[in-house]
Amino acid sequence: MSVRLRIIAAMRQVAEEQKVTLPPLDDALSLHESGFDSLGFAILVARLEDDLGVDPFTLSEDAAFPLTVGDFIKAYENVPA
Amino acid sequence: MSPREVFALRDYLGPNPKGRTISDARRVVSLTDILEHTCLSDRLSELSGRSVLMAVSDQLISGLVMTEIDGVARRMLLCPPDLNADHLQSLMQDADIDAVITDQPERWTASDIKLIVPAGAPKRAASAAKTERATEWLMLTSGTSGVPKIVGHTLEGLTGAIVADSPARNGAAAKAATWATFYDIRRYGGLQIFLRAIVGGGSMVLSSSGEALADHIGRLQARGVTHISGTPSHWRKLLMSGATASFTPRYVRLSGEIADQAVLDGLSAAFPAASIGHAYASTEAGVGFAVNDGREGFPAEIIGNNCDGVEMKVEDGSLRIRSKRTAYAYVGRKAAKLMDDEGFVDTGDMVELRGDRYYFVGRRGGIINIGGLKVHPEEIEAVINRQAEVRMSRAKSRRSPITGGIVVADVVLADNVDIGRSDEIRARILTDCRASLAPHKVPAVIKFVASLDITAAGKLARHDA
Repeated sequence: MSVRLRIIAAMRQVAEEQKVTLPPLDDALSLHESGFDSLGFAILVARLEDDLGVDPFTLSEDAAFPLTVGDFIKAYENVPA
Repeated sequence: MSPREVFALRDYLGPNPKGRTISDARRVVSLTDILEHTCLSDRLSELSGRSVLMAVSDQLISGLVMTEIDGVARRMLLCPPDLNADHLQSLMQDADIDAVITDQPERWTASDIKLIVPAGAPKRAASAAKTERATEWLMLTSGTSGVPKIVGHTLEGLTGAIVADSPARNGAAAKAATWATFYDIRRYGGLQIFLRAIVGGGSMVLSSSGEALADHIGRLQARGVTHISGTPSHWRKLLMSGATASFTPRYVRLSGEIADQAVLDGLSAAFPAASIGHAYASTEAGVGFAVNDGREGFPAEIIGNNCDGVEMKVEDGSLRIRSKRTAYAYVGRKAAKLMDDEGFVDTGDMVELRGDRYYFVGRRGGIINIGGLKVHPEEIEAVINRQAEVRMSRAKSRRSPITGGIVVADVVLADNVDIGRSDEIRARILTDCRASLAPHKVPAVIKFVASLDITAAGKLARHDA
């Protein structure tokens, strides 16, 4: 499964657990509008770190937290293997 | 003459009752004629009035030496076997140590201490020992970091709960118990059991380090153990091992950690014929109380009332105890104050009132910080442990770039659970946590692990707490 698909799957999983109804997940969707609160994002980032082996937001000190779903996925895709 | 009679352990040892023993995996020693023997090659009189370090690696010999020097030495400092050697010098200074009893005298040849008395297997003594004074019993706290604190007790305080529970007092002539414990008897929890065996006229079966659990249980059954004590972590490990079927104790006791409903229920199922009790005790606060109704927590009415000489109050969320069973002081050059102005010892154990019962929620020092909110890992573990398939768990914090910290949990499944079911069990744990806990306390990640570390004191290791 590609990184993108794994991230989308993890988002759906966390959304289901957090009782969040996700809008359609296209790249332009603002994370703010995804329905996740900061705890939801914290859970998502922790699970992705275990699944993908990286946490791009801790790796780079100057990494601003992404604003859109597309940026969020890119942050993982751009981590050098 | 002292104004009141001074008691010592030798007063509880004598020719009757017959057949009393203390044993470990290698030896069985008779307690019935132990007063006619010496482990110190008849050098006891040299230790009169001395401050003695018990540096005896062998647990059984340690126990016998305790009975021999109690009432003769001024004080004895008990050291658990895992004591960090780097701390020994400072502890010896704090306790004014001027004599050492050891089964490894060659290690002490270069020491500043001039009186080194070798200890070994009991041999017939030339003369009977006499009680001269009330010896101070010094024990070490079981904190995991830094130099342990020295806590001073008297035999009267240490045995306060035992005398209160004794059959004579309850008007029943119970058959003397054979006690065992998973603890080392040089720790408070283990010493309590050793003293119960000695004071109660019973026998004692010691643990042996390195012995496989199944062998240990086989030995407990073969020696006729009726009463046994350990931490909830000890008991969870035993329940996991599947070795319980061949063991039939009458009394199972938990102490030293929070006994949650899951471990109490697990023990009732494993030992249907036994009474199961959890006791509250600590090295500093002594034995507080025992709960025998099979439920976690304790009845609220014991707070604020004097029960068997123990008074308790809850202040700033923590349990405080005043009784003659608490330690009398911390001992040492820079010893902190043990009690408040009214004589209460702050246990540092946090409790919460729910309905008519108090529940332990964790240690004050064990709080983890989750996004600025305080969380007791024990509270989360108690919820996780409710699932029938879970044997034990450990909640901890993990740093998060979003909230600073999140809760994660490591979970050990019971030995008969198919790991293929882990997704389903994980989902059930999370559902139950969400129903029972505030959102920030629900584990973000649950990892199934084969085992969790237990400290030498028998408690779940919390390295990052």
